[in-house]
This record gives sequence, structure tokens and C-alpha cells, in this order.
Amino acid sequence: MDAEITLHVDGRERTFTVDTRTTLLDALRDRLGNTSPKKGCDHGQCGACTVLVEGRRINSCLALAVAHDGATLTTAAGLADETDLHPMQRAFLDQDGFQCGYCTPGQICSAVGMLQEANAGHPSAVSTGDGPTGTPLNDEEIRERMSGNLCRCGAYVNIVAAINQAQQAAPQVRQES
Amino acid sequence: MKPFEFQRATDPSEAVATATADPGTRYLAGGTNLVDHLKLGITAPERLIDITRLPLDGIEELPDGGLRLGAMVRNSDLAAHPQVRSRYPVLSQALLSGASGQLRNAATTGGNLLQRTRCVYFQDVTTPCNKREPGSGCSALGGYTRYHAILGASEHCLAVNPSDMSVALAALDAHVTVLGTDGERSIPVTEFHRLPGDEPNRDTVLEHGDLITAVELPALPAGTRSAYRKVRDRASYAFALVSVAAVVDFEDDGGAGTSAGPPTFGTVRLALGGVAHKPWRATVAEEALRGAPATEENIRQALEAELAQAVPLHDNAFKIPMARNTATAVLRELATGSGTGTPTPENREQP
Ligand SMILES: Cc1cc2nc3c(=O)[nH]c(=O)nc-3n(C[C@H](O)[C@H](O)[C@H](O)COP(=O)(O)OP(=O)(O)OC[C@H]3O[C@@H](n4cnc5c(N)ncnc54)[C@H](O)[C@@H]3O)c2cc1C
Ligand code: SF4
Ligand code: FES
Ligand code: FES
Repeated sequence: MDAEITLHVDGRERTFTVDTRTTLLDALRDRLGNTSPKKGCDHGQCGACTVLVEGRRINSCLALAVAHDGATLTTAAGLADETDLHPMQRAFLDQDGFQCGYCTPGQICSAVGMLQEANAGHPSAVSTGDGPTGTPLNDEEIRERMSGNLCRCGAYVNIVAAINQAQQAAPQVRQES
Repeated sequence: MKPFEFQRATDPSEAVATATADPGTRYLAGGTNLVDHLKLGITAPERLIDITRLPLDGIEELPDGGLRLGAMVRNSDLAAHPQVRSRYPVLSQALLSGASGQLRNAATTGGNLLQRTRCVYFQDVTTPCNKREPGSGCSALGGYTRYHAILGASEHCLAVNPSDMSVALAALDAHVTVLGTDGERSIPVTEFHRLPGDEPNRDTVLEHGDLITAVELPALPAGTRSAYRKVRDRASYAFALVSVAAVVDFEDDGGAGTSAGPPTFGTVRLALGGVAHKPWRATVAEEALRGAPATEENIRQALEAELAQAVPLHDNAFKIPMARNTATAVLRELATGSGTGTPTPENREQP
């Protein structure tokens, strides 16, 4: 069954008709021609499809497009502004944070969302006590918070280095929630 | 995937009336389990009712000092909530040990409670499975059982409940608030999930069309400590082999212990995950430890008494010592104060 939906993707408003079974990932790739998010597993197990919805990272393969009618999405392709790469993209290049690159758009969206979560005070499984969190995160925190993004090339060491560079580039203090 | 009609709920009672009248309807929350199941062909509804825009996403203080968690609160927001972190660390830790950052941003309280087993045969529609297709048989019997139950299984199903959050809620004696066509009712989490018996297709006591609206956490006595620990095949982003949720208080000095010896347990509430078709309240161990000195030996013996009823399968006998050792470590650390999550008078009184 079909439904008409509107998505705001990387700064552009798109209104189109989808079959209700379409995932956000398939809508982006097949209907809107945005192939930045990748289909790795299609079951929430790899993170290659990670996009930001209203600024929060989610797996677009497990989200139905119709359920997100009206939403604002950012893919890795929409992070840069007209002239400059996003600091996270720059950092992945500087630190060789990828090999084949298939997982990279998902890693980058995830890392951007992850630093925002930390700055909003969200703890992780390796955070101790109940005190505030915030950047800069140590390597153990980065690894735990990024565990939803697999990299079959095993670029993990440099991915952690890239996120370290990016969080130093834009140091932020925790916003009081 | 079979075509389905998509509807957005605007009112909880209307959603319940529509869903109850039509067996082909399912609620859609975060979708992280349901959309997966639509793809795998485990379920093929004719209509989805999207409940994510219902006003059920608040966390509120209850008059008795407890906390009411809306069914639509996302797992990540629940784990990060200051009151949950300071007063119910076991719940925050359980949520954070589950899934990934992305999945927790989508997953909801209600959906997490109702997530279905990760039994590989259940997820593979080409194999017989009594839970998916009643009467077809259980492929895990004589199959690969590393991830299956050691407690409370039946000859019809050996599956375990995969939720971390539910294990913490069971140890906290939380209640699930459910809206049916007859109005709202409250179900203890310990009675919410079922053992498989001869109806493994029923994970919980809910009837078709019932809508979870909230989960209520009771107030905890001053000096209560709680913690969650999960053991799994990789360090993160994997389901539990065994997990432990413990909520304890102490009779004497508030639990710090003295140079004279360990403190004495007051009430011990202990739930095990990854071992049964529902979060397993270790009532035998709880009884044995009530009012007992928190010594390593007492704790270990209590766990051994609990696990005497365990029935290992071909590939999972390791879960028995794993459950004993993990629970012993968690209780010992809570008793010596070296574990996490000691509520202080200050953070208990925050608004
Ligand atoms: C790769 C992967 C790894 C994971 N790892 C873990 C893990 O380690 N630990 C863990 O605990 N979980 C894990 N999960 C599972 C995850 O926690 C659940 O998928 C999630 O909690 C489900 O919530 P949801 O809101 O997305 O539910 P949905 O998928 O939307 O719904 C699930 C079910 O609940 C029903 N439902 C939802 N809300 C309500 C309501 N309010 N009233 C009545 N019915 C309702 C739906 O109809 C559906 O049947 C993992 C999932 C994936 C994909
Ligand atoms: S253990 Fe339960 S879920 Fe798994 S195949 Fe057997 S009946 Fe199905
Ligand atoms: S493609 Fe979505 S998590 Fe793998
Ligand atoms: S760079 Fe190849 S999968 Fe990560």
C-alpha cells in the first residue's frame, strides 16, 4: 500500500510516494538517490546504515519511512557545508579511519551523534558513577559508544584516533540538562 | 514482506479499540524488533498502528516516591535520566549494556519489554519452531543450544528472553501498566513474562490489542544498592549469555561493612537473565540470604541452592557456574560497597 510522505534530507525537502513497507534506508538510497548510508546487514547488526534523525543517530534499515513522515534527516553526505568538510570527515581522512570505506558514512554519522549524546550527559556502559559525562571521552568510552558500528576491514584503531581528533578539534562542555 | 496498511495512533483508547477488533493489527514503536521480524517473515500483519506519537514519553515522580516511565520513552533517554541513574542504577546499567547507541535511540520501554527471543530457529522461518508456528516442533531440541535456557524450559521450547531491561525491572519489582478494552490494569513484571509450558507462542500474559502505557518503579528503602552485570561473547553489542540484576539493602550499618566483618543482608532481590524464558527471580537464593551475613561463602551457597534446579542442555552447561560466579561477584561487591550505584542521601532527595 502506498503513502505520500515528506522528508527533509540533508537540507532539501522531498515529498514522494512510498510503499508502506519501505525502510528509511531504501527510501534514501532507491527513491531519493542518496547512497551515502550503506546496506550492510539490513537487520540492525552492523551500523552501516546509520543516519541522524532530528540529530539522533539511528539504524535506517530498521526504521519505516512512513513512520518518519515529516522528519529531518542528515546523512554523512550532508554533514559538510559548502566549503569545508565536517571536522569528523576531516579527521577520518587525516587519521586513515577507513580502508574500503563501506562502513565509513555510518561510522561518521554515528560518531557525530555519539559526541552530541556525550555532551548532553548521556552515560555509557563503561561510565562510572552517576556524575556528568562529556567530551573529551577516553578511548574506552569511544569504543563502547561506537560498538554499534562494525568495520570488516578492522580500521578500528584509526577510527578511534579520528574521533579523538574530532573531539579535540571542537571541544565542548556539557550542557546542563 | 506482505503489504500492510499504516495508521498513526492519536489516542491510546482508540488504538486499543482498533487493534483489539482486528487480529491482523500490530503496534509499531521503535521498530527495531518488529521491522526485523517483518523482513524475516516471522510476522505478517495486515495493519500497523504507529504508537510513537502518543503522549506516553514522559518520566514522572509518583506520590509514593516511585517513578513512572512512559512506554514511549526511548531506551537511551531512560538510561540517561538523572533520577534513574541515581536511584535505580541497575536499570540504567541494564539498558546501557543492551544493543547499541543507535538501537537504544529508537527502542522504547514498551517495545523492549515485548522484544522476542533471539533463538536462531525462531528467526529462521525454514525451520520448525513451536513459538513461531505452534505444533511444528522445536528445532533447538537436539540442535545448537549455547544460547538457550537452563531454568524453567519445557519440552516445547528452550528459548530465553533476550531483554536486559526486563531483568532489571524484575529485580526492582516494577509493574507494567496496560490499557485494554476494559481499562487500565497493573501487572508485576515478574508475572508479565511467561514460562513456555505448552504454549511457547505466548511470551507474556498480554492479550491481543493490549497497549503498554507505562512501567512503574517502586520507591526503594534508604540505603538500597543495586547493580547489573552482563556476560557475553564479545565486549559490547551482543546478547547476554548470563546477566545478573541485584537490588539489596542491609540490616546494620548501611552496607559498608566493618572491620569486624561483612554487613548483614536485609532484603535481597536477585534476577538472572539469559537463563530462562522470562527474567528469573532467584527466590531460593533470596530467601537464603535474607538476614544472613554477606560472606562469600553464604552467597555462593545460596546461588548453588538456586541453581540446583537448573537443567543444562548439550551446549550450555557452562551457564550454571557462570550464573553462580557472576551473581556472587555482584552481591559481594554490593556488600563491600565496591560496586556501583550507592544512592546517597543527597541524590535520593533530588526533585
Ligand atoms: C542487533 C541488535 C542487538 C540487540 N541487542 C540487544 C541486547 O543486547 N539487549 C537487549 O535487551 N536488547 C537488544 N536488542 C533488542 C532491542 O532492545 C529491541 O529491539 C527493542 O528494545 C525493541 O523496542 P522497539 O520500541 O523498537 O519495539 P518494536 O520493534 O517497535 O516492537 C516490538 C514489539 O512490541 C510491540 N509493542 C511495542 N510497544 C508496545 C506497547 N507500548 N504496547 C504494546 N505492544 C507494544 C510491537 O507490536 C512488537 O510486537 C537488540 C536488537 C538488535 C537489532
Ligand atoms: S527453543 Fe523455542 S523459539 Fe527456539 S526453536 Fe524451540 S520452540 Fe522455537
Ligand atoms: S544495514 Fe542497518 S545496521 Fe546493518
Ligand atoms: S573500512 Fe571497510 S568496512 Fe570499515
